Amino acid sequence: MTPDTPGNRLFDRPLRELGRALLFLFTAISRMRFSRLQLTETLRQIYFAGVRSLVIIVTCGFFVGLVLTLQTYDTLTRFGAGDAVSTVLALSLFRELGPVLTALLFAGRAGTSITAEIGLMRATEQLDALDLMAIDPMERIVQPRLIAGLIALPALVLIFNVTAIVGGVFFAVFLMGNDPVTFWSNMQASVELGRDFFGGMIKAVAFGFVAAWLAVWFGWSARPTSEGVALATTQTVIATAITVLILDFILSAFML
Amino acid sequence: MKSSHQIELTAGLFLLLAIAALVFLAMQATDRGVASGPTYEISASFSNVGGLKPRAKVSMGGVTIGMVERIGLDPDTFDARVTMRISERYDNLPEDTSASILTAGILGDQYVGLEPGGSPEALRDGDRIMITNSAVVLEQLIGRYLFNTDGDDQ
Repeated sequence: MTPDTPGNRLFDRPLRELGRALLFLFTAISRMRFSRLQLTETLRQIYFAGVRSLVIIVTCGFFVGLVLTLQTYDTLTRFGAGDAVSTVLALSLFRELGPVLTALLFAGRAGTSITAEIGLMRATEQLDALDLMAIDPMERIVQPRLIAGLIALPALVLIFNVTAIVGGVFFAVFLMGNDPVTFWSNMQASVELGRDFFGGMIKAVAFGFVAAWLAVWFGWSARPTSEGVALATTQTVIATAITVLILDFILSAFML
Repeated sequence: MKSSHQIELTAGLFLLLAIAALVFLAMQATDRGVASGPTYEISASFSNVGGLKPRAKVSMGGVTIGMVERIGLDPDTFDARVTMRISERYDNLPEDTSASILTAGILGDQYVGLEPGGSPEALRDGDRIMITNSAVVLEQLIGRYLFNTDGDDQ
């Protein structure tokens, strides 16, 4: 052990926490098994994480598209470049806003409920009960949620992008009377499938992985008390938000 | 609480919806990039490329047929050497095609415009375009106009 100096103590706890979270992730992945039951459970988790988040994703997506178009249209018309509004809308959505905002909403909607659920399982000793019944909680509880996050978040990003574009069309075409053909052709001309669109989807997969991992981990490691579960739920949102935004910068820097 | 059958069904529908969104976005909102599919490389030397950047489009008759791969300086002639990737679909560009660096609109991006020649021979991979027009640099143009240093007095 290293001597317990103040400097060490400062970094000791977060580093050990990170190490335990990584170890937890490796254990979960290395014990990955694919069975019929596993698939059913994963589908159920996709339902809870994905389908149940649809309302917030669709509503927020529509209004983000609306306000983004409103603001950029207002600015661009000052330079006589109102036609470029669809370019700005699509590029900022696909590259940044779609993945990042969806990940933040996902952390608030699905991440917290995963953490609270697993934390309560821990507190009410359900995880130990599973262990006693020779059912691996990693396999039954953790893995389906990890995979579900990995699948559900990119799916939500796609739906978010579509509704945001619908919001943009609604504002630019129906409210401001822009030409729909120009709107779409400008978007098509400036957005590249590989770099802009799939680049954003790579981010979505990465964010889904991080959001699910952190949510499961904070639930798993929650202190088995009501305060512990409450704290873990809060930590999930904070940690996911921070990680997603930092990761977003790193991924963007790599891809551009 | 919904039955597990319903939950699985809804989850399946959700994924289907996401795939529909993917198809919609891929078809409606994006361009597959100018250099999708097989391409071949040609190059051209310019005395000045102005603000031309890699990934700028290469067009002929207003149709985008490729993109700028890289721009480098020729160590011997000190000309700028622009390497372009042209889609394999247009593999019959005449050998005496000329290249100019143009600007889309007043403030638009710069791109390479190709003008077909009349030679029966076609440009092959690795070939070099001989006839080129450099970028019009606005500052030089204004300078010439202001000081009338072009020597072309009326």
